[in-house]
Amino acid sequence: MRAKELAELIEKEAKGEEEIRLMHLCGTHEDTITKYALRSFLPENVKLLSGPGCPVCITPDVDLQKVFHLIEKRDDIVLTTFGDMARVPYMGKSLLSFRGKRDIRIVYSIFDAVKIAKKGKKVVHFGIGFETTMPSTALAILDKPENFYVFSSHRYFIPAMDYLLSLGDLKIDGLINPGHVSTIVGVKAYEPLVKKYKIPQVIAGFEPLDVLTAIFILVKIIKAIRSGEKPENLLFNEYKRAVSYEGNIKAQKIMSYVFDRDNWEWRGLGVIPNSGAIIKDNHAEFDACKVFEDVFEDFEPKIDPKKKACRCGDVLRGLITPEKCPLFMKSCTPKDPVGPCMVSYEGTCSIWAKYGGYRI
Amino acid sequence: MCLAIPGKVIEVNYPVATVEFKGARREVRIDLLEDVKPGDFVLVHVGFAIQKVEEKEAKQIEEVLSQFVGV
Repeated sequence: MRAKELAELIEKEAKGEEEIRLMHLCGTHEDTITKYALRSFLPENVKLLSGPGCPVCITPDVDLQKVFHLIEKRDDIVLTTFGDMARVPYMGKSLLSFRGKRDIRIVYSIFDAVKIAKKGKKVVHFGIGFETTMPSTALAILDKPENFYVFSSHRYFIPAMDYLLSLGDLKIDGLINPGHVSTIVGVKAYEPLVKKYKIPQVIAGFEPLDVLTAIFILVKIIKAIRSGEKPENLLFNEYKRAVSYEGNIKAQKIMSYVFDRDNWEWRGLGVIPNSGAIIKDNHAEFDACKVFEDVFEDFEPKIDPKKKACRCGDVLRGLITPEKCPLFMKSCTPKDPVGPCMVSYEGTCSIWAKYGGYRI
Repeated sequence: MCLAIPGKVIEVNYPVATVEFKGARREVRIDLLEDVKPGDFVLVHVGFAIQKVEEKEAKQIEEVLSQFVGV
């Protein structure tokens, strides 16, 4: 089946329906959708919103400010993180702007950071990412490397989905679930959400045909629900080649050995119950927040005035599309980003800037 | 961030394997998975194999679709 045929099937299915509002929850899905102009394949009454599926984007400024605070106070630390995070601005600075004064390194994998620690340097890894990335951080900690500490900014995605649906203001009819988070958590992780909200969900892969297939399945189920049917199943796995019902059980266990859950803030969403991956007390010797506790004694969160007009938070919630932000491609560009949605390669603003915006 | 790329396992030296991605080779941790063998395809995210994958990807999309389209 080709994309065009699939688009025709979607159109046929959606014909005459009231607006159908779908949301995807992964920056890589937004990349596929915008890169291949998939919104232009959809009929007018099928809207595809972009959700909070970008770990760099949802990391609140307070986390970044804490990391800045740590490296400002300690000049004996090598700070490692993933590429996008190093470029996020706060108060006119980014981690990269500390280079020259501090040792800031971009790593591909947490194990590249551990290798630096093994050479005898004190390394703090600024760990970001959802369930996809958390097992790697957990595994690194379980290896008990010397001189190695993690500033955990990891967040659990499933509680965020729960929170987003509980708000109800977006009137979402169906969800495209993140493929690689699902690789770890499995199909089963979404069952409570389906039961609670009765909103259909499809776990999807990242090829254009995967996304269009997910949309087709959703439109078909939503249409059935609207016509008074009660479909038995509201949760589908389109990404069977990588996602199983149980997920990666070993990775789930490793995560649970190292991380607890706490109520942490997300950019654009506020505090989400049980969404923060805090390092458990029995691994406190690897928790940068505990090991360098004294550094944070005088820490005071401050709001970055430069981000006053930035609407990254609203973009992450699917309330607006990037071009509705007054800064988009004016004072906020890929070259000089204001908010993280313009920094990360998974940020909706960055993706729209790269490929050009399309109707939602 | 949650990007994961499929690669082919060339050599296993547990807990590390050499994985080939379209010609480029990289060391990857495989201890999040059970029983990884040379020749397997794995999805790799930040230097970790997070899942084994099937090679015949397109075929599986067709299979999923066929359940929903009256063919």
